[in-house]
Order: sequence, then structure tokens, then C-alpha cells
Amino acid sequence: MTQQNAAPDVAAGRLSDEEYKKNFADLHPLLAPHEAMVEADRCYFCYDAPCTQACPTSIDIPQFIRQISTENPAGAAKTIFAENILGGMCARVCPTETLCEQVCVREEAEGKPVKIGQLQRYATDHFMETHETTPFTRKASTGKRIAVVGAGPAGLSCAHSLAVEGHDVDLFDARSKPGGLNEFGIAAYKSVDNFAAREVEFVLSIGGITLKTGKALGKDLNLADLRTQYDAVFLSIGLGGVNDLGLENEGKSGVLSAVDYISDLRQAEDLSALPVGKRIVVIGGGMTAVDIAVQSKLLGADDVTIAYRRGQGRMNASEYEQHLAQTNGVKIMSWVQPKAIAAENGHISAIELERTAEENGQLKGTGETVTLPADMIFKAVGQTLVSADLNGADSTVQIEKGRIVVDADRKTSLDDVWAGGDCVLGGEDLTVAAVEDGKIAAASIHRALSA
Amino acid sequence: MADLRTNFIGLKSPNPFWLASAPPTDKAYNVIRAFEAGWGGVVWKTLGEDPPVVNVNGPRYGAIHGKDRQLLGLNNIELITDRPLDVNLQEIKQVKRDWPDRAMVVSLMVPCEEQNWINILKKVEDTGADGVELNFGCPHGMSERGMGSAVGQVPEYIEMVTRWCKQHTRMPVIVKLTPNITDIRKPAQAAHAGGADAVSLINTINSIVGVDLDAMAPSPTIDGKGAHGGYCGPAVKPIALNMVAEIARDPTTHGLPISGIGGVTTWRDAAEFMALGAGSVQVCTAAMTYGFKVVQDMIDGLSDWMDRSGYTSVDQFVGKAVPNCSDWQHLNLNYIAKAKIDQDLCIKCGRCHIACEDTSHQAITNLVNGVRHFEVIDEECVGCNLCVNVCPVENCITMEPMAAGSVDPRTKKTVDPNYANWTTHPNNPMAVTEAAE
Ligand SMILES: Cc1cc2nc3c(=O)[nH]c(=O)nc-3n(C[C@H](O)[C@H](O)[C@H](O)COP(=O)(O)OP(=O)(O)OC[C@H]3O[C@@H](n4cnc5c(N)ncnc54)[C@H](O)[C@@H]3O)c2cc1C
Ligand SMILES: Cc1cc2nc3c(=O)[nH]c(=O)nc-3n(C[C@H](O)[C@H](O)[C@H](O)COP(=O)(O)O)c2cc1C
Ligand code: SF4
Ligand code: SF4
Ligand code: SF4
Repeated sequence: MTQQNAAPDVAAGRLSDEEYKKNFADLHPLLAPHEAMVEADRCYFCYDAPCTQACPTSIDIPQFIRQISTENPAGAAKTIFAENILGGMCARVCPTETLCEQVCVREEAEGKPVKIGQLQRYATDHFMETHETTPFTRKASTGKRIAVVGAGPAGLSCAHSLAVEGHDVDLFDARSKPGGLNEFGIAAYKSVDNFAAREVEFVLSIGGITLKTGKALGKDLNLADLRTQYDAVFLSIGLGGVNDLGLENEGKSGVLSAVDYISDLRQAEDLSALPVGKRIVVIGGGMTAVDIAVQSKLLGADDVTIAYRRGQGRMNASEYEQHLAQTNGVKIMSWVQPKAIAAENGHISAIELERTAEENGQLKGTGETVTLPADMIFKAVGQTLVSADLNGADSTVQIEKGRIVVDADRKTSLDDVWAGGDCVLGGEDLTVAAVEDGKIAAASIHRALSA
Repeated sequence: MADLRTNFIGLKSPNPFWLASAPPTDKAYNVIRAFEAGWGGVVWKTLGEDPPVVNVNGPRYGAIHGKDRQLLGLNNIELITDRPLDVNLQEIKQVKRDWPDRAMVVSLMVPCEEQNWINILKKVEDTGADGVELNFGCPHGMSERGMGSAVGQVPEYIEMVTRWCKQHTRMPVIVKLTPNITDIRKPAQAAHAGGADAVSLINTINSIVGVDLDAMAPSPTIDGKGAHGGYCGPAVKPIALNMVAEIARDPTTHGLPISGIGGVTTWRDAAEFMALGAGSVQVCTAAMTYGFKVVQDMIDGLSDWMDRSGYTSVDQFVGKAVPNCSDWQHLNLNYIAKAKIDQDLCIKCGRCHIACEDTSHQAITNLVNGVRHFEVIDEECVGCNLCVNVCPVENCITMEPMAAGSVDPRTKKTVDPNYANWTTHPNNPMAVTEAAE
């Protein structure tokens, strides 16, 4: 029997309990106190520190690292939370290699940056371990009410900042659980032990935020009503849709959206119940592509290939992420694009990829093809804004290139509506950028409501 | 390979590295291991009279740590040997017999009566030891009994006891000095006047190494209390170097052999002590931190450095830096230097900028044309060297002397080629003006 005709091999429970546990353990375990001290001692306490400049939330990094080194981790955490209330999650998921750690002067000096992310985690974990609530106290109530739609990082950050200022926030989310992609998207080994949910609880501990889950804008809520019922609205609904490949057989069993599958994985009580293919092809080149590839490998897939249409250097996934994929045994195939999906008996069996080349900046198929047998194909070719949810009668925020247009204050074209996170134009599609958007919008909303 | 053999006041050793009188030299077992590892000599842990002293049974050491818990300073409240005198003497005799090529010095501390010294000197002579060291340095425990630094702080006593010892033994006498005194030259002069063959220094420095903020007591804490102890290790080296230099420069004691002690951890530390006049060095904390093996790189490193520098024997560089030890008022005020940043080495941490900006002379940029850039502003730089010291990159900032005849952009004055110091400076009310008569 040749591989092409083989029955699809999609199965659950490919590994032993021990293997699942080991594979999905913390990617970077918490530093031990001595390790943290040694690492903190490496920081030069730079003036006008480059790392702080590179942090989208401008955390005073030399300050918090110094606080760790003087055995004041709680103070370090306060320094972090003052700029970034989701400093705990950011410490786990930020691509530090392209942010703070990329510009650390130690990177320049010796190619080994201070492990800022891991130190940040050390401080924030310590604080959350030893404190019930955020280090902030709410100011006296202003009586103003704000609707925050979407309880992902952008929404949580905005809601927290507003609550600190004494405003009352209703935080809506379509899902039954808050957290956004922190809860449903981030790779499992980056956020273990239910951290996303614990962090949401921590953020909400400020008080003044009423979480309303199972409330979808466009279904249970509409923007026009929110605008009349609230003093201001913040939209942080992320990107709810996914791009399709546009190929025949895409609807057949075995072709899955990477984000949906990751969401199932993140919510799975028992990883061994999760079916995974033996041979997997991932289409895409971003963080999602890497995450689905690595996680399916960790679930026991035999043969995982990321098929990316340009050169590896152009992948959106950072070099570190690419390296992570490769050290986990994922193959990265560049300069190929999907051309056709073969299916048998309602299940896909292979994918035909066409080699590509760039001519005058234009990507073109060369005609040459290669066929990879596949039990599962994951689509990780980008997410889209479900803009239909936004716009009801006479409340229309301006949309461009499929994203909400905002100004520097994260205000939309509507005077009482702000937006941030993945759903806005010009964003970086990073957790930390979403947090910063929420923070900036909250400050702007506060100014507007105090005027 | 350079010749490291040392002849210090007639005491011969294969290298200048001796173990100082302390726990590493308290027993035959330790000393034999030290000799096996290559140490050139030992000063046996200080002997006293029977009954032996007792030590505390709780912690006797405390420490200051640097990065990665590197031990920088050690504090102790240990006393002299707590083993019976006879046991020590027998062991000394045996070890000296088995290791005839190593220097065997015996440290002594007995009450300030001539007879007590006569008695113990006799016993030490019988062991065949090469010399004695009078411990006038221990700052805790013994001084309360009128010994150790209680003697070392009174030059008259030092002279008296030294004289007794010289009178009653044919062994060379080394006087070990305490640093817990304002002017180290005074006890050295006293030792010299009493006929000492050499001085050794420093013993440990009075210290409280830290405070336990939970127990609210000095650390280390014994049943809720702490006592001051003696400080040693890398942190004390600068203090020891200065004291050695003071004695080497003093006209009365110039040429008096010195055994340098205090923070010697590497061959370089040893070479520095020797350049300031030490004919041998003694080590305690480095051995207590790393074990006896540390001597191997001291030997190898010193000999390699000597080869590189063209020295074939140690006496060629002992004391060589002494003539260049000067005093402030004799430094050349016409020497003008400016800091210079090597832009290729600079990693742009900004420490030089903020140090100079906040605490010195506002002489380093942080932005040039809006770009992060650190450069010295010669118009402001006074050449203080602070930036050099705070820069994390070695040799990135250097102090460049200005050529005579050029104009200092800060003062707008031409750099004078002639030497001129404070004693003749017009601002000095007590300036000696040659033209006066
Ligand atoms: C697989 C994957 C891996 C990633 N890994 C990383 C990483 O390692 N590091 C990193 O920095 N970034 C990573 N990202 C990106 C990061 O997760 C996002 O940039 C970030 O979560 C955006 O935050 P947000 O608040 O804008 O949106 P989301 O996190 O998407 O949250 C949006 C929230 O809005 C809710 N919502 C949506 N529509 C509606 C509606 N109509 N009504 C009410 N509620 C609605 C959703 O349920 C969700 O809770 C990853 C993304 C993916 C997909
Ligand atoms: C635990 C301890 C005990 C010591 N005991 C003695 C002693 O009995 N007699 C003595 O002359 N010096 C004693 N010293 C001082 C050392 O000999 C030496 O002078 C001092 O430690 C400085 O050298 P270092 O920096 O290499 O340790 C002791 C030092 C330590 C740490
Ligand atoms: S750039 Fe690096 S060394 Fe400098 S403050 Fe930031 S973390 Fe510390
Ligand atoms: S030498 Fe002193 S004054 Fe000159 S730049 Fe450096 S710190 Fe500033
Ligand atoms: S301290 Fe040194 S490395 Fe840092 S900016 Fe100044 S010159 Fe550059």
C-alpha cells in the first residue's frame, strides 16, 4: 500500500500520560531565587534604558530588575504592573527576542541579553502568589459607566485602568470564559497551570468591573444601544474570523482552522482525548503556524511540516519561534503555496504545493509542484475582523483594510467609542500591544469623561 | 620559567606564597595538604598558653557577597588555636621534619610578661621551626585579655615584647601588625626599634559584617547576640596595600622586610603587594574560600607574568613601585587628561552619562542629533575618571593625557610642560615661593 492511499491516520492518545505531561510542561520554568539574583545582577541599570524604550508598555525594566536584585520582588512587580497589569502573561508570551531583549545592551555586548521576560515572570509570579489583589486602590467612584466589549488582553487592560480611576466598567465577552487568546490561543506550554484564568481574576480584583460573559456584540448587544447606555465604549473584540485557503476540498474532514484547534487544545481537560493526525501540514508563517505545528508534534504527530509561501527570513514568527519549531522536529518548507487538496472518502489525504518565486516583489507560482501526504491540514493564514458584529443602525466605526481605524488615543471615528488590540488597524497583533492599547484608550476615555 | 624561590629574612621557601596564621594552618593535617598543593610556607595558627582558649559553638564567620554570591569579605570571631600547646608543638616538629624545604613560622600570643615569652620561645625552638610571628593583631576575644591588638595598638608594648623575643631566641622574629590603628607607621617603627626582623600585615579589621534585620542583631548571631569580629578577604586588600606602602615609604622603616597580607586571592594581588615592598605574601581567605589548590595558579600566573615582564627572580620587582608612591601635594597639577570613549566598544548603557551628569561635571552626552550617543564634552571634562570606573566595558573609556602646548578646552589654558604641584600653587596660602627672597 502506498502512502497516498493509506487510510487517514487521525487518532487520540498517541502518548503516555507521562509524555503528555512532559511535552506540555512550562516552556521556561520559573527562575529559582538564586538564578533570578544572578540574572538580575547582569543588568547594568542603563540610563534611559533601550529595553524600556522597546517595551510597548514602557515598563521601567532597569528599575524592576534592580528591585529583584535588592530582594524586593514585590516592589519589582508593582513597577511592572504600574505600566502593564498583564505583566504576568506578557512575561510568558512576549517575543522578547524582538522587543526588550533584542535591544538590551548585553545583547550588543555579548549576544546574551538579560533575561528580562523571565525576571518579569519571577517578580509578577511572586506578587500574585503572595497577594490577593492588584497593588492598586480604586479612586472614589465617578459614577461614569463604560462598556468594554471583549475580555482579551486589550479589554482587561482598559477595564482595569478605568476601574482604578473610579469608573464602573461592564466587561462583555461573547465566550463563556474571559481572557481572549490568553485563554484560548496562546500555546499551552507558555501558559500552564491555568494562569490565564488566574490572571483575569487578579485583574478583576481591583473591583468596579462587572464581567458579563456570553454576550456577543452583533447578537446580544449592539453598538448603538451601548452608546446610549454608557458614557463610553471600548471595542476589543480581537479577530473572530479566519482566512480560507480558497481550495476545493477545504470543507472536507481533516482541514482545520489552527486557532480553533488550539482553542480546543487549551480547553481540553485531557490531552489524550484530542485526536491528532500522524502526518500534518500547516499552511502559514506566523506565530499561529508555529504554535499549531509544535503543539501537534507534542501531541504525538509523526511528521509535521510548515509550508510557507516566501523565504524563511520573511516569516512573521520570530527567529526564536522558528528555532523552537525546528528543535521540536517541525520541518519548515519555504517558497511553496497550497494548490490543491486531495481527499478520499470525505477525508483529505494529501496536499499539493506549488513552488513559488519572487519577481519584482511579486510572488508567483513556478508551476512546479510537490505533493505531501497529510492526515490533517491546518490553516494558519491569518485572522479577520468580523465587522458585521460592529455595525448596527447609525453606529458605524470607520474600517480600513478590514480593521478598525483609530487615532493615537485609540479613539475611533465615533466620538464616544474607542478600540484597541488585534481589531484595530496598524497594530502588532501581540498581547503586549493589546495591553498598551487598552491602557492608552483608558487614559483617553478618562480624560474625556473628566473634561 | 622565572625563579620564584624566596629568601625572606633567611627563611627559604620555593615560592613567596605562605598561608597566614589561621584555620588553614591549625593542624598538621591541613598544613600537609597545603604543602602537597604547593604552598611555599605557613605561619602556624597562633599558639597560646595552656589551658587552650575556647571558641564559640555557634557561627564564627559572616560574609559580604558580590554578584553570584562571590565572597568579597569574610568576618570571623575565632580565637587563637583551641588545641593543647603540646599537640601543636609535636605536629609542627613532625611537619617541619617532613617538609624541610618549606618555610615554617610559628605564630605566638602570650600574656605581656617577659617570662611567658621566654617559656614559649624555648618550646618553639625545640620544634626546629624557622621563625616566629608575634600576633599583635587579633581584634576580638584576645584583646579583651590584654593580648593581640591590645598590644598592637600600643607601640611601647610592641617594642618591649619584640625586644624580649629578639633577646631570647635566635629565630627570626616577624611582628604581625593590626590595622585597627590610625597610623600604621607607629607600630611598625616600634617593631623596628625593638629589633624585629620583619613586619607582617595586615591582621583582620574590626568589623560588623551586617545586621540581621529580623533578629535585630549583628550577624552572625549567636543566641540572639552578635559581636564585632575581624574582617578580611578581597575587600580589605586596598587598605592593606596602603598600609604596606606606608611602611615601605617611611624613612624609619624603609627597607624593613614586609610579609604582605590582606585579600591576596590571585597572583596579581600578590605581585601588587610585592611591588609595594612585600618580600612574601600570606593568604588566608582565598584558601578558606577555594581550598589549597588556589596556590597553583598563583605560582603559575606569577611566573608567567614575570617571564612576560622580563623578571627572572622575585627580588627584581619587590619594592619597585615604592618610589612612585607619592602624596597628593606632590602630584603634577600640570598633567591634564580627558576621558575618551571608544565608540566601537561602547554598548550604549548610558552609565557614564548619568554618573557624570548627576554627580560630576555634565561632560558626557546622551543624545547627539537626537540619536543615543555617548561622547565626552572636552569643554566640561575635568578628567576625574569616574566614567572609566562605572563603565561596564573594559578599556571602553580611557583617560588621554593632553600634550604639552595644546589648549585645554575647559580652562582655555595652554598645557604647561613643566611639573608643578600644590606646594607652589598660587591658590595655596602656604605656598613656598622661590622668588620670595
Ligand atoms: C495561536 C495564537 C498564538 C499567539 N501567540 C502569541 C504569543 O506567543 N505572544 C504574543 O504576544 N501574542 C500572541 N498571539 C497574539 C495575541 O494573542 C493577540 O495579539 C492578543 O490576544 C490580542 O488581544 P485582544 O484583546 O485584541 O484580542 P483577543 O485576545 O482575541 O480577545 C478578544 C476577545 O473578544 C471576544 N469577542 C470577539 N468578538 C466578540 C463579540 N462580537 N462580542 C463580544 N466579545 C467578542 C473574544 O471572545 C475574546 O475574548 C497569538 C495569537 C494566536 C492566534
Ligand atoms: C578565621 C580566621 C582566624 C584567624 N586567626 C588568626 C590567628 O590565630 N592569628 C593571626 O595572626 N591571624 C589570624 N587571622 C588573620 C589572618 O592570618 C590574616 O591576617 C587575615 O585573614 C588577612 O588575610 P586574608 O585577607 O588573606 O584573609 C585569622 C583570620 C581568619 C579568617
Ligand atoms: S538594556 Fe539590558 S542591561 Fe540595560 S537596563 Fe535593560 S535589561 Fe538592563
Ligand atoms: S572624567 Fe569625570 S568629568 Fe570627565 S567625562 Fe568622565 S566623569 Fe565626566
Ligand atoms: S558607560 Fe561605557 S559602555 Fe556605557 S555608554 Fe558609557 S562608554 Fe558606552
